Amino acid sequence: MANVLPMRTPAETALIERFKAEQSSLPGAVEARAEAFARFEKSGLPSRRVEAYHYTDLRNLMREAAPAITARPEPRAPEKHHLLIENGVYLGGDAPEGILVLPLAEALREGRVALGAAMGAASDIVVDLNTALCRDGIYVRVDTVVEAPLFIGFAETLGNAASVMPRVVVEVAAGAALTLVELHAGPDGIAYQKNAVVELILGDGAKVEHIRINEGGDKALMLSTLAVKLGAEAELMSLGLVSGGEVSRHQVFVTYAGENAKIDLRGATMIKGRQHADNTLVVDHAVPNGVSRELFRNVIDDEAQGVFQGRIIVRPHAQKTDGQMASNAVLLSDGAGMANKPELEIFADDVVCAHGATSGALDENQLFYLMARGLPRSEAEALLVEAFLGETLDAVSNDGLREVLAERISRWLEARAR
Amino acid sequence: MPAVKETVETVKTIDVDQYKYGFVTDIESELAPKGLNEDIVRYISAKKDEPQWLLDWRLEAFRRWQTMVEPTWSRCHYPAIDFQDLHYYAAPKKTPGPKSLDEVDPELLRTYAKLGIPLREQEVLAGVEPQNRVAVDAVFDSVSVVTTFKAELAKAGVIFCSISEAVKEHPELVRKYLGTVVPTTDNFYATLNSAVFSDGSFVYIPPGVKCPMELSTYFRINESKTGQFERTLIIADAGSYVSYLEGCTAPKRDENQLHAAVVELIALDDAEIKYSTVQNWYPGDSEGRGGIYNFVTKRGDCRGARSKISWTQVETGSAITWKYPSCILRGDGSSGEFYSIAISNGYQQVDSGTKMIHLGKNTTSKILAKGIAAGRSDNTYRGQVSAHRKATGARNFTNCDSLLIGDQCGAHTIPYIEAKNSSAVFEHEATTSKIAEDQLFYCMQRGLDEEEAVALIVNGFVKEVLQQLPMEFAVEAQKLIAISLEGSVG
Repeated sequence: MANVLPMRTPAETALIERFKAEQSSLPGAVEARAEAFARFEKSGLPSRRVEAYHYTDLRNLMREAAPAITARPEPRAPEKHHLLIENGVYLGGDAPEGILVLPLAEALREGRVALGAAMGAASDIVVDLNTALCRDGIYVRVDTVVEAPLFIGFAETLGNAASVMPRVVVEVAAGAALTLVELHAGPDGIAYQKNAVVELILGDGAKVEHIRINEGGDKALMLSTLAVKLGAEAELMSLGLVSGGEVSRHQVFVTYAGENAKIDLRGATMIKGRQHADNTLVVDHAVPNGVSRELFRNVIDDEAQGVFQGRIIVRPHAQKTDGQMASNAVLLSDGAGMANKPELEIFADDVVCAHGATSGALDENQLFYLMARGLPRSEAEALLVEAFLGETLDAVSNDGLREVLAERISRWLEARAR
Repeated sequence: MPAVKETVETVKTIDVDQYKYGFVTDIESELAPKGLNEDIVRYISAKKDEPQWLLDWRLEAFRRWQTMVEPTWSRCHYPAIDFQDLHYYAAPKKTPGPKSLDEVDPELLRTYAKLGIPLREQEVLAGVEPQNRVAVDAVFDSVSVVTTFKAELAKAGVIFCSISEAVKEHPELVRKYLGTVVPTTDNFYATLNSAVFSDGSFVYIPPGVKCPMELSTYFRINESKTGQFERTLIIADAGSYVSYLEGCTAPKRDENQLHAAVVELIALDDAEIKYSTVQNWYPGDSEGRGGIYNFVTKRGDCRGARSKISWTQVETGSAITWKYPSCILRGDGSSGEFYSIAISNGYQQVDSGTKMIHLGKNTTSKILAKGIAAGRSDNTYRGQVSAHRKATGARNFTNCDSLLIGDQCGAHTIPYIEAKNSSAVFEHEATTSKIAEDQLFYCMQRGLDEEEAVALIVNGFVKEVLQQLPMEFAVEAQKLIAISLEGSVG
């Protein structure tokens, strides 16, 4: 029971052995890695008995740990403004002017970055695993306002199951601005395991737009984390578009370190077949006058299962906090399921916090209206779904990017209609 | 927006140091020796002169309980409970099942008079309109002292008695239904209760009968270092209706007392059960000393088609509240309701809410929960709404709001909403800013200014919960009605 540690799964044993074997060759200070590893060793992979993983039982979903990759991928010519991480290794790239880019291994060796600086008071085993075992990734520093979007491609080109743990640390200095786009893609049919962590540290008044597209392979276990630390008056919009992975879990941890900061977190999830997609947020209002908005839309078809867990924490004295969270799900088939857990944890008395969660099928009246005007049912459904998900894209200020995202939604719907 | 002044003042009048029911009744009690083991379970069973099957049932529960670990997932923090440092049975000495009120210890009668609970039928008859009569089962520590109006209820076929009596008089009913909603294996506290439950109420409403009066049980913990473990079982047979009220108080003591009750409700086809609670256990003093630890498992089973179970609760007492009155919506077209106001003050910790488990087709549920936290208290709403794959057409609406008074307290909302089929429609919201524009417009058009209009609508909304309480309890809850939820958060 609670005080007895369950037996180690093969995955846990493999990960423990992997750390012990690789420990000495990992770049950067060993202390932070050892601490993170100790936490993992103590608790193991989180099962459904761990509250934060109740709906995504990692212990069960990850019985075996895929082996690490040792072969270095072939370098490729970078596209404009693209940085490429292939199979967890940074291959170089081209960045817009005003952005400093270093391989993470180098930044760690030079002591430029400390892993986990953006996590605040949050603690998470998946992040700990990445902290303990990540070998490579990118360090990005932005000191001015950069207009052109920076793309980071996370590509897997694996021939068989393997585990990749890339890490990206982005520092945006006071008053600077950046648009960052993450693209995650990988081969279908291969059960690779990915645990990517992106840390975003925003200085006072910094502005960031962050877009994440998950188009991972259809057998992949995609774990990803965005950890954010906000300086005073910093602003972040982060949108995650999820359609890939057999199992995916995207976690966002936000810590307000300065007053009057604002975040707008959004998600558009489209899943089908037997996919499982989890969006988990922890927004920690540690200081007064923070504003947070969360809007998550899920479209779930076939036997797929969606999960939304959102937690807004308002610490004592974090007065005048304004937090509003909404999670809406449309279930397109009888077998589809959705679990919503919008949580509020409030310790200050002068705040405005609200959450809403809905789930259900498409509105029959709306469908009828469209069909009465001559649309076949599938088109009417597509139109309603497109409008439902489309709302999450409104916050993307770059027209080109918004179109790219809208097109991906349309493509998913077209594939469904076929 | 901070809480409005009237709300703050009203909450202050029911602050922990204002507790009115904290007196101790000086009465000689018979106590079981301290501690918990199989002999104590046998002792309790023997005291009640129970049949073998019930003793076996208790022992099985006890053996399972020994393998269980106390749950720690709630947002309540308290020092470890020493389950061996408690008396599991306490009974007033002079009343071994009195035949009439005249045999009841006058000290006990005075206690109930002081609490405002009428035990003498004629007093009730003289004072109040006949339709407002209430039958009372008074439970004092571990035993039921008296049950009123039994004869009159029997005329309608209604069985209302203590559960110990029911075991003797109606063993077939008890055996058929006991533990079918909350099995002995359910959870740590329910299993403990199954092993050592001492008394509680039993209600059976026969098919097609509308219970002629409100039924009620009044629980009083008096003896120190005791735990109260009552068990209530209510069965509403096809097409029947019953409204049941529960009240509870305890004296002020510096130590914590344990209360782990189990309530099982069973509604068969077309039956309706309305269960209301005003929970006013001693909450501890303003320093956080003493108070009742309240770990209660309450569950209703809408077993029949179109059956209905409605829980209404006003929670102001207890140092710790751990309580989730639930509805299992098994019958097709059945419905469940949960209305709750939880007010915490001092060092109270409340982790309460509900579960609506939709299993049958076209089942509906509604949850309205209001939490008000003041002082250094923590008030958590934890609720689960789930729809099974086969529960097509399930519908839920949830609204929960919380309000904080002061900056030392906390209010939390933890909903779990699980839809496993597409025709289930679930809505959860938690906000007060969401007053309908048209309602506001309507009020303002009739000459109210915006603030008045908001107050009218918000207060009307709170009243919606309180109106679910039967008349008899409305008086006790009256002062709560004045509480405005202006400034509340989700």
